[in-house]
Amino acid sequence: MEGAELAGKILSTWLTLVLGFILLPSVFGVSLGISEIYMKILVKTLEWATIRIEKGAPKESTLKNSASVGIIQRDESPMEKGLSGLRGRDFELSDVFYFSKKGLEAIVEDEVTQRFSSEELVSWNLLTRTNVNFHYISLRLTMVWVLGVIVRYCVLLPLRVTLAFIGISLLVIGTTLVGQLPDSSLKNWLSELVHLTCCRICVRALSGTIHYHNKQHRPQKGGICVANHTSPIDVLILTTDGCYAMVGQVHGGLMGIIQRAMVKACPHVWFERSEMKDRHLVTKRLKEHIADKKKLPILIFPEGTCINNTSVMMFKKGSFEIGGTIHPVAIKYNPQFGDAFWNSSKYNMVSYLLRMMTSWAIVCDVWYMPPMTREDGEDAVQFANRVKSAIATQGGLTELPWDGGLKRAKVKDTFKEEQQKNYSKMIAGNGSLN
Amino acid sequence: MGSRSSHAAVIPDVDSIRRETGFSQASLVRLHHRFQALDRNKKGYLSRMDLQQIGALAVNPLGDRIIESFFPNGSQRVDFPGFVRVLAHFRPVEDEDTDQDPKKPEPLNSRRNKLHYAFQLYDLDRDGKISRHEMLQVLRLMVGVQVTEEQLENIADRTVQEADEDGDGAVSFLEFTKSLEKMDVEQKMSIRILK
Repeated sequence: MEGAELAGKILSTWLTLVLGFILLPSVFGVSLGISEIYMKILVKTLEWATIRIEKGAPKESTLKNSASVGIIQRDESPMEKGLSGLRGRDFELSDVFYFSKKGLEAIVEDEVTQRFSSEELVSWNLLTRTNVNFHYISLRLTMVWVLGVIVRYCVLLPLRVTLAFIGISLLVIGTTLVGQLPDSSLKNWLSELVHLTCCRICVRALSGTIHYHNKQHRPQKGGICVANHTSPIDVLILTTDGCYAMVGQVHGGLMGIIQRAMVKACPHVWFERSEMKDRHLVTKRLKEHIADKKKLPILIFPEGTCINNTSVMMFKKGSFEIGGTIHPVAIKYNPQFGDAFWNSSKYNMVSYLLRMMTSWAIVCDVWYMPPMTREDGEDAVQFANRVKSAIATQGGLTELPWDGGLKRAKVKDTFKEEQQKNYSKMIAGNGSLN
Repeated sequence: MGSRSSHAAVIPDVDSIRRETGFSQASLVRLHHRFQALDRNKKGYLSRMDLQQIGALAVNPLGDRIIESFFPNGSQRVDFPGFVRVLAHFRPVEDEDTDQDPKKPEPLNSRRNKLHYAFQLYDLDRDGKISRHEMLQVLRLMVGVQVTEEQLENIADRTVQEADEDGDGAVSFLEFTKSLEKMDVEQKMSIRILK
C-alpha cells in the first residue's frame, strides 16, 4: 500500500511541475528561460567535447574535415570544352572519354544521392548515432557520453513523451470542443489559441529552440506559404508562430483522428487519396480556399519529399499555378544538436519520433521572406525556380535542379533528351555535315 | 547511420582488391562507403536499377553503356570487387605504376587498359571489333531522336572509314588504339580521389 501511495505522490508532483512550468506558459506564449539555460549548458559541454576530441587525435581531424568536401577532384568544364579534341566539333571516337569520365564521376559521387542521407558532422556531438568516424579518445569523454545517454533516455525522454501525449490530446479535445461553436470571430480566436498552445507544447516536447527572423513578412490570410521540406516537424515549427491551413491526404489511424478534429475548428484542405491524383480538382479547391480572404494561408512544401537540409531540390510547379501571393519561408536546422531529417526509407514515423525525442534538442532558424507573385511572361516553372533560389540563398542551402522524387523513381526522360540535344547540336548541328 | 563502419576491416578481401586495382586503403574505404550508399536495399551487391537511379548517370548519353560495363558476361549483379575493378580503370597513372615488374599483369589503369575500356563501350557484342552497325547503334544511344538516320549513317561511315586500316569495314582494337595514339588518354580518363 505504501508503495502505491508513494508512486501516486511522485506522479502527482511530477504532473504539477509539468503543468506549472510548461503547460501554463505555453498557453500565454511565455518562456520561463529553462530551455535557454539547458541550451547554454549543452553548448558548453559540446565545445568541451570538441576540444577533447581534437586534442586527443590531431591526425584524425584532417580526415574528418574533408568528409564534408567532395571525394573526387572535379573538372567542371562544360560539354563543349571537354569534348574538343584534335579536330574540333565533329563526332570523334574520343568523345567517349569525356562521357565515360563524367559517368564514372557520377557513380563515385553525385550531388543527389547524398542529399537523401543525413549530413555528416565535422565534430562529434556526443550522440551514438553520429559516431561514424570517431574512436575512443579518453575516459572522461566516455563518461560524459554515458552521462549524456542517461540524461537523454531516462530524464528527457519520459518528459518529452508525456508532453507529446498531453499536446496531442489537448489538440484533439480542444478542436472538437471549439468545433461545436457556431462560426464567429470568437470561434476563430479560440481555435487559434488551441492550435498555438498545443503546437508550443509539442515543440517543447522536442526541446525545440526556434529563432524567427523578419516576423513582419509572416504569411497573410489568402496567401500561400511555401517552404523547404526536411521532416514532418517543419509543420510544427511553422504553426508555432502562426496558424496555417494544411494541405494533404487523409490518413487513417492517429493522424486521421487529428486531421478530422482539426478541420472542425478551422478549414483545412484534406484530400482523399483518389482526389490527389486529379490535379485540376486539387488546383480548383486550393483556388477556392485562397479566394476567401478570411481563410488562413495555405502551407505547401513544393519539393514533395524530405531532403536532408543541405540543399533545396526542384519545386513542383503545381503550387505555383494556383495564383495568389506566395510567401516563401526558409527553414534551416542546426545539425549540432539533433538531426531533424526524416529518412523515410530508413525509419518509419515512430522510430523517427523516438530519435527526435532522444536528441539533445532541435534548433532551427526560420526566415520569413517578402511575398512574391508571378510576373508577366513568366511561366509556373520559372516562377517556381525563382522562389526556390530565394529560399536557398536565404537559408544558406545549395540549389539543385533535380527532382526530389529521384529518391524513389528514375530520372524523367526529358532531362536525358536535353543532354542528347546538346550533344547532337555539336556533332550534327547546322546541317554542316557531309 | 551509427551501425555503418567505415573501417577497412569490414571490406572482404581488401588486400587482394588492393593489389589488383592499385587503390590505396583510404580510397577503398571511401569507395566501399559509396557502394553501400548506392546499395539501397542493403543487398550486398548492385543491380542495374541501383545505378540507373543516379540522376547524373541516367542523363549521360553513354549512361546505358557505362552501366552495362559493370555487368560483364551477362551477370545481373555486381559485388564490391567488381565495382572497384571498373573504377580502377580511371585511377590516375602514378609513377610507381610505370616501373612494374614485367612478370606481373598489367595494372588496370594502364593506357592500354583505359583504351580497352573505352573500346568496349562501343563493342556491343564483345567480338573485338566495332562494326559499322555497332557504331550506328551506339551513336543512336547517344543522340536519341535528335538526329536523322541518314545523318547518323554518314557519321558512322566516316568514323569507321577513318580508323579502319585493313579495309574489313570494322575497327579492331589495334586500329582504335592507333587512331587515338596522339590523345592524352591517361589524363582524359582519370578520376582523382582526394585523400
